Amino acid sequence: MSMGGRVLGLHLGLLVVLFALQFVLPAYHHGNIARIMVLASYAVGYNILFGYTGLLSLGHALFFAAGMYGMGLTIQHAGFTPAPALIAGILAGALVAGGLALLALRTSGVAFMIVTLMFAQAGYLTILYFGEYTRGDEGFVIQQAQRVLWGIDLSDPTARYFAAWGLFSVCFLLSLWLVQSRFGRTLIAIRENEERVRMLGYDTYAHKLGAMVVSGTISAAAGAFYGLLFGYAGATFGSVQYSIFPLLWVLLGGAGTVLGPFVGTLFMFYLIDLSSGVTSAYMLIAGVALVLLTLFAPQGLTGEVRRRLWKGLP
Amino acid sequence: MEFGPHLILATLEGAVTAAVLALTAVGLSLVFGVMRVVNIAHGEFYMLGAVIAWYVAQMLGGHPALGFVAALVIAPLVVGALAAAADVTILKRIEYDPERTIVATIGLLYIIQQLTLMTYGPEARPVEAPFSGRIELPWFDWFETLFGMAQPWGWSITSYKLFVIFAAGAVLCGVWAMMARTRIGLLMRATQADRDMALAFGIPVERVYALVFGIGAGLAALGAVLIVPIQQAHYLMGVEPLLLAFIVVIIGGLGSLPGTVLAALFIGLSDGIISVFFSPTLAKILATLLVGLVLVFRPQGLFGTRTA
Repeated sequence: MSMGGRVLGLHLGLLVVLFALQFVLPAYHHGNIARIMVLASYAVGYNILFGYTGLLSLGHALFFAAGMYGMGLTIQHAGFTPAPALIAGILAGALVAGGLALLALRTSGVAFMIVTLMFAQAGYLTILYFGEYTRGDEGFVIQQAQRVLWGIDLSDPTARYFAAWGLFSVCFLLSLWLVQSRFGRTLIAIRENEERVRMLGYDTYAHKLGAMVVSGTISAAAGAFYGLLFGYAGATFGSVQYSIFPLLWVLLGGAGTVLGPFVGTLFMFYLIDLSSGVTSAYMLIAGVALVLLTLFAPQGLTGEVRRRLWKGLP
Repeated sequence: MEFGPHLILATLEGAVTAAVLALTAVGLSLVFGVMRVVNIAHGEFYMLGAVIAWYVAQMLGGHPALGFVAALVIAPLVVGALAAAADVTILKRIEYDPERTIVATIGLLYIIQQLTLMTYGPEARPVEAPFSGRIELPWFDWFETLFGMAQPWGWSITSYKLFVIFAAGAVLCGVWAMMARTRIGLLMRATQADRDMALAFGIPVERVYALVFGIGAGLAALGAVLIVPIQQAHYLMGVEPLLLAFIVVIIGGLGSLPGTVLAALFIGLSDGIISVFFSPTLAKILATLLVGLVLVFRPQGLFGTRTA
């Protein structure tokens, strides 16, 4: 199946708009959008497993944190420069994702959710346990001097925006290509009816394993970039809350759509940003959104667009 | 202090943990057993129980026992009613789909937690125990060459802690009697065995579900009222019991009540004993890994024999 022109136009159009936005946005929103693009990359990774393969993980913070600490710890303690540190972070995420997949994919449904939750919690506690190196909850700052990649200072807002845009573009286009490839369409088939796919002679286990590793690796890349671009790594990013966030973003934006993760992250980020001016209990918004979404719009925003207006939206 | 007294003291402390944990976990297990859904907001119902106990004790004033007894009745009822309302308004509408229920109860978790933060505030507040005599426990040992009795320093337990152990035991017996001996227990067991068949026999399955969800939450709240004179009421206090209750329910075999109680004893006692001798974080890491691995390799639970 060749990619429809309209589809490609829409998705490339989003990237062009995001690229152009940095020249017009005021400083505050400029910083926000950079952050949103990194977090949306995390959601893109999550969406591959949840939206397209139908596996609901409650432990993706483990991969995000693996990327962040794989990057941060090698800079902090092994004296790595940013480029190898990013690679270390991404590799750490891929390894952790592969390891967890080998165990967790032996289960399905609710058991899969709990197993991922438990291992992520164990990972979070491990970060706290090795507080000597990770500084636990307090976290550690990655100094400006350690954040210079190929002569570009990533603590500079413009450079940061570029880097975030680059990461998001790669993840976004990768997922657009992936879900239209043979592999991706098999994943969708597994989501719809795993038994039938197996009966047709596909190795569903290998496909799910692949999906989880890709998903975990993208999440780890987002974690590594987040730590590097914003100069901080802390245990909070490994907590349950950071496993719930991508689920929330993807549900809100539309699970199983390429645009969904970005749309959801954008909306939720600004919703929480606006409400934090009113109350400190901003997680209330997240809770209400989760309940309302499950009740009334399980397909999310982009999912509704696809259902009503544009059937072929990937 | 010597090793022997230390160990027994840790065992008694562990028994208090185990007693409250058993109540919380049985609530979670009951909901999972009958309704086949996992309630992530269970820990928040526990927290609500403690917070309501504090409000009740504040409003009544007077002798601490008065407020405590009132809380013991009011908190589980209020929390149970809230949970039943959540069941009817949310879970029923998503038709108890297992995965969507988890997402919805995660939402519920944050709603309850954050609303408590907004109203009750971030402080930890104590509730006074109804009675708090200390019981000195004797210790027999060889002193030099003589066998004798001594009372090492700190070697005592408050009578309230013993009360917690017995009260939890009594409630658990009550739950067992309800499930095994009453008509409503029979309806619950019928629904658990085969939902569709129960519906065909005219059992009001939806009302049974609401009731079970309410009872499950009420048990958690009851456990919290019992523990709140020992710990304090705080809006984040639901996180840890949720995790522990999960561990217990999974190790005990999902949905099996006797297995759950056994596992609660095992986890509660070993938690008390382990955290005396090892780092609590390390103990928690091992416990969560254990749960993950049990689910992967022995989904029927360590004590369960039937296939899940």
